[in-house]
Amino acid sequence: MNIAITGLNSTDNPGPGVPVIRSIRAEKKFKGRIIGLVYDSLEPGIYFDDLIESYYTIPYPSSGKNLLLERISYIHKKEKIDLIIPTLDSEILGFISIENDLRKMGIKTFLPTAVQYNLRAKDKLFNLCQKNKIKVPRNILATSLKDIATIQEHFSYPIVVKGIFYDASIAHNFEEAVVAFNKLSLKWGYPIIIQEFVHGSEFNVVALGDGLGNTIGAVAMKKLYITDKGKGWSGVTIDDEEILKISKTAIKAMKWRSGLELEFIKSSTTNEFYLLEINPRFPAWVYLAPNAGQNLPFALVELAMGKKITPFTKYKIGAMFIRTSWDLISDMSTFEKITVNGELKK
Amino acid sequence: MNEKQDIMVPKNLAISESGFLFSPSNGESFTLNELGIWIFKLLQSGKNKKDVLNAIISNYDIDEKYAEYDLEDFLFQLENFSLINRK
Repeated sequence: MNIAITGLNSTDNPGPGVPVIRSIRAEKKFKGRIIGLVYDSLEPGIYFDDLIESYYTIPYPSSGKNLLLERISYIHKKEKIDLIIPTLDSEILGFISIENDLRKMGIKTFLPTAVQYNLRAKDKLFNLCQKNKIKVPRNILATSLKDIATIQEHFSYPIVVKGIFYDASIAHNFEEAVVAFNKLSLKWGYPIIIQEFVHGSEFNVVALGDGLGNTIGAVAMKKLYITDKGKGWSGVTIDDEEILKISKTAIKAMKWRSGLELEFIKSSTTNEFYLLEINPRFPAWVYLAPNAGQNLPFALVELAMGKKITPFTKYKIGAMFIRTSWDLISDMSTFEKITVNGELKK
Repeated sequence: MNEKQDIMVPKNLAISESGFLFSPSNGESFTLNELGIWIFKLLQSGKNKKDVLNAIISNYDIDEKYAEYDLEDFLFQLENFSLINRK
């Protein structure tokens, strides 16, 4: 089996590609090759030994679907791809839009539909949660500075100011909110999501939905260490029925088909979980899941290949991950090949 | 179970010999010193606050009033971190 995977940018804001590959390779049943799809010749995942057999550059999502399809078609001729797993938020919609073309070429995917994808979008999450009785911070969708001035009619500072696709910052007053609004709208466009700030601890769930409303597996994690970019650098699996129940409710409501990450905050005042975000792909900490007993990336591979999966029902509590920096030593010839040829075989 | 038990330790909470306490429901971890381990294990075995206080007075050279103040401080911290539930 030949699986092509994106998101090899294992930087301080890591993409999930490398941990998804490590998870798949951790499964003894897996006998296949991994093809890395990269956007840049300095994506660190390229320089790991024994992780990926071949690499190809692909066009950035902003280049449009035709260029992407053309490139995938070229790679497919050389590699006979069975399955593509895109792992980055910004590329999921692009791959959804070429899913049918890929299928005709004999390449499988395991993605949500565009409708499912949009249900969890940052500006739609509030409605999804309200409909399904899931606690969610109140929010307003701001399209102008006038909206920022009305914030205190809805809730008090501090607030969370979020871009429509990425990035968020906390604002403690009107002036900070204006700065964040301008910065995020320039970078990601409108609307800007202004969210009530909930004090508490951060918890995340990695899960896999089968597209029929069922949850194939779900592992809950408490972040132990958070970087200045808000990324979990260490975490531990926890035993909490409530957070899993909420996650399964959301997956059922969306009939989610693919891996996903649900981000929660547990209010220190009410002790209740608030759903902050649903990310449409596995998180960069997904390698914790197979090590806690649920190999969700490999389960996705099996589902994509049409196999029936028995849902996971438990996982090891107290399994912990801690991320590290590790210098890989390489040679300019590797960099040269991927830069000049756009492809590399190891 | 002690009929007069006024302090309950959640069943899923375990303490290691080194005093490391991991709360599986919220991922928090704590370390207890030697005396903390001893008191926590007494609570786990079903002893109530009065039993623990008597055990402290019998084993340490301390006035009952101060022992009770210190024990109450410790129990308050345990309760605050959801490591015990008090009736």
